Amino acid sequence: MEEVRAFLAKRAEGDLISWAVQTAAAREFRRSFAEIEEVILEAGLLPARYQRNRQMLSIEQQLRLFRSRVAVVGCGGLGGYVLEELARLGVGQIVGIDPDTFEEHNLNRQILSSPQRLAQAKVESAAARIAEINPAVIFHPVCEAFSSENGAELFTGASVVVDALDSIPVRLELEEVCAFLGLPLVHGAIAGWYGHIASVFPGDGAVRRIYNHWKEGKGAEQRLGNPSFTPAVVASLQVAEVSKILVGEGAPLRGRMLSIDLLHMEVVEVPL
Amino acid sequence: MRVTVKLFATFRNNRFEIEDRECPEGTMVGEIVDGLGISRHELGIILVNSRHVSVEHALSEGDTLALFPLVGGG
Repeated sequence: MEEVRAFLAKRAEGDLISWAVQTAAAREFRRSFAEIEEVILEAGLLPARYQRNRQMLSIEQQLRLFRSRVAVVGCGGLGGYVLEELARLGVGQIVGIDPDTFEEHNLNRQILSSPQRLAQAKVESAAARIAEINPAVIFHPVCEAFSSENGAELFTGASVVVDALDSIPVRLELEEVCAFLGLPLVHGAIAGWYGHIASVFPGDGAVRRIYNHWKEGKGAEQRLGNPSFTPAVVASLQVAEVSKILVGEGAPLRGRMLSIDLLHMEVVEVPL
Repeated sequence: MRVTVKLFATFRNNRFEIEDRECPEGTMVGEIVDGLGISRHELGIILVNSRHVSVEHALSEGDTLALFPLVGGG
């Protein structure tokens, strides 16, 4: 790797390594984009694609993101945007979990869907998208449903789990599994003009509190559906929370939930 | 006694955002919910004075009740 470091140092512009140089290094030394990215960051250099991250993230923090693994449960409305944003931010390893294929009614909002991708597995589309936008990210597609049986295996090595599910009972199961594994969970849910998010740490039981009165079935989303913008808003807030948890900055949305009403443009903080 | 009822999201449709109501001593949250024509299985978070309560919670003079519908889509 000494040779790789020398190759990169020679071609750095200031402390930035262009994508062309990263690509040349991968080709020259027969290494993956991820391996080259790690060498760059470890050398205190920055892949130029992250230069607009640097006013808020140091190179050390960018390296921490690169070495992190985040599991995203659900790759539909919320999950699609979450995956896109995590990959662009530079999270090095992402696990996307969803058993479904795209259907026509997903096209109004699910960013990974398109007419060409109808009937394609959502995680397959996610893999293609991430490979296109950030080839240095290692993406693990899992085309199966999360359950308490496979949770421990799916979340091996993960630092944070994102709840982008569409089923209340499975969300409750996810919280239990994350609590058992000692993993922070960033919960988000949407229905029409409305949504909410909360960051949940092991033992908080926040998702249970949010759905304390749930008996069966779905929430308001069953009648309202979901438009294009609500998943983008809530997913972006979830990714902001994931970033803060990974780099240890700021104040996470813990012990409180943001309830968002886009129809009246109101955000209410609910204690959990 | 007098209580303040705050409704959120879909619960506001054809109802109100906030309303002061007169109700008998010991009225339970569930009775207010029923009186508003809200089905109990639509209920998400229920707060009285910012604390989580159940539909069996008895209200007191001056309480603020906040009702949120279940939101679970992704």
